[in-house]
Amino acid sequence: MREKILAKGSVALAMGAVDAGCRCYFGYPITPQNDIPEYLSAALPKAGGTFIQAESELAAINMVLGAAAVGARAMTSSSGPGISLMQEGLSYMAGSELPAVVVNITRSGPGLGGIAPTQGDYKQATRGGGHGDYRLLVLAPSSVQEMYDLAGAAFALAFRYRNPVMILGDAILGQMKEPLLTGATLPLPDPPAWALSGARLRQPRLIKSLYLQEGEMTAHNWKLYNKYEAVKRQEVRVEVDCPPRCTLVLVAYGSCSRIVRTAVERSRRRGFAVGLIRPITLFPFPEAEIQRAAAAAKRLLVVEMNTGQMVDDVRLACAGTGAVYFKGYPGGEVPTPEQIEQEIERIIKAEELRRWRN
Amino acid sequence: MAELTKKKVFGRPSSLKESAFHFCPGCHHGVVHRLVAEAVDHFKLADSTVAVIGVGCGVFLYDYLAVDCCEAPHGRAPAVATGIKRVNPDTFVLTYQGDGDLAAIGISEIIHAANRQENITVIFVNNSLYGMTGGQMAPTTLPGQKTTTTPAGRKPRGDGYPMQMSELIASLPGSVFVARAACHTPAHIRQAGKAVRRAFSAQLEGRGFSMVEFLSACPTNWRLSPEEALRFIEEKMIPVYPLGIFKDELT
Ligand SMILES: Cc1ncc(C[n+]2csc(CCOP(=O)(O)OP(=O)(O)O)c2C)c(N)n1
Ligand code: SF4
Repeated sequence: MREKILAKGSVALAMGAVDAGCRCYFGYPITPQNDIPEYLSAALPKAGGTFIQAESELAAINMVLGAAAVGARAMTSSSGPGISLMQEGLSYMAGSELPAVVVNITRSGPGLGGIAPTQGDYKQATRGGGHGDYRLLVLAPSSVQEMYDLAGAAFALAFRYRNPVMILGDAILGQMKEPLLTGATLPLPDPPAWALSGARLRQPRLIKSLYLQEGEMTAHNWKLYNKYEAVKRQEVRVEVDCPPRCTLVLVAYGSCSRIVRTAVERSRRRGFAVGLIRPITLFPFPEAEIQRAAAAAKRLLVVEMNTGQMVDDVRLACAGTGAVYFKGYPGGEVPTPEQIEQEIERIIKAEELRRWRN
Repeated sequence: MAELTKKKVFGRPSSLKESAFHFCPGCHHGVVHRLVAEAVDHFKLADSTVAVIGVGCGVFLYDYLAVDCCEAPHGRAPAVATGIKRVNPDTFVLTYQGDGDLAAIGISEIIHAANRQENITVIFVNNSLYGMTGGQMAPTTLPGQKTTTTPAGRKPRGDGYPMQMSELIASLPGSVFVARAACHTPAHIRQAGKAVRRAFSAQLEGRGFSMVEFLSACPTNWRLSPEEALRFIEEKMIPVYPLGIFKDELT
């Protein structure tokens, strides 16, 4: 039954996971994501599922690995230091082709850092994060509704590609309350054909990531590569809002994109032709959309709550077409729409001056 | 003349595959594999077992044991087993771990799995060092024992004392069966087989955490002949790691 309620981002995400058939959660407390385990510690047992507060994030991610190996829709959530501890397990899961959803409600770093919202984990998330040649699929919600919806999408992707999927949020998205339209609770899917269950009337199965025979590891790496190429072709999600004859296109994701959107709307009211691209999938990255925008507008402004991480992907996508500007707010500093508006104006005016001088 | 009847008294357990072990001569991993296979056969668990394999010389268990298998990262097998067992309480879940895997990098996972009374069975192979990586010191290395990282012998103060994992695990209320066994004589192997079956029963009866520790020969890294290695177990290991049942709450 669909219901309209007022919900916190973290809780919306947890609800979305349960509605998508997640019946196991394993995690270790860390701010600012404790609302997720706290909600699930009551909701999962009620739904006939399993909740374990693990002894560490190392244990949590490996419990997820075990649950995934028997085909369950399993999930964990954490932040900063905890996500770092999970990297070995994530690498094993990618290597063993096991699906799971991992939520990172980011905090600032390096080290113990701070608990204010940042986007400093972009590279850790989108490059795999652990050892070896692999990727995570990474989803970046920017509203409470998307926290809910993308939880479901994350499980679908994880099982379609047999790979861990990360939802990259931050403290703003986790804490804020917005109206939420919940979806229909899906029937629990059957365990997939590859899952371990005991070798009844079939040959024993094996889930592993160790490949020592000559050529095996190479073949496995290419197999994973081809999977990630398919992901790039088929799973890009992006919101593009670029009116004709834009002279500047902003690129931002997550909670930062909400502030940027306000700045874009205000600038438009003042007569500036500016656009906005909001990647929803960070891997796969919306390269084609960025490329088109760069070719048309010639100028991109990337705004991130860090010292510059996604901007590298934007530069790669542009491949030299147009100029890429960057404005960063690291360490928990959250920009105001006015600050970004000023940046937009500065870039456009400087460009006009340059043209006028030429 | 009385008719001669043939009765099979000894054979390969049906859950042990026909492949030849890769272990070094005199290694006890093969014996432990066989004891596990015998217990799997005994309880008819070949079609309902999931074995979780730690990282070490036992990592190829899946080449020998005909059951579903899942590799775990080094030390994390009890956490992986927890995930499996909680999702599928009807599968029989065992972990197979070395002493580096269980007592060093994975000591947190084993203690907390036992403390949660997870209904799993742990097969713990203690050969007093890291076999797979070439014979480095483990938490179980004996005082004075030479390894590739304790060339002058292990000095407890600084290098650590030998960790008695069975005693430690038995002290936790969540464990229900804990035993230490050895494989250096046929009598010990028979005893060890009994302990494994008892540990399996603990899980099958839904009682909680069970573990059997094996004192296991690693002639290669001990730099001993297989025969000398048997004496090493009797004379050097057993005094530090007494055999026996440390806890049995099955009645
Ligand atoms: C995180 C991590 N660190 C180190 C290793 C390297 N490594 C592989 S096996 C092993 C030790 C195995 O020793 P043990 O558990 O005693 O098993 P054995 O080989 O003696 O049976 C180590 C350190 C690894 N695989 N992963
Ligand atoms: S190195 Fe030691 S533990 Fe490993 S197979 Fe050889 S004898 Fe066995």
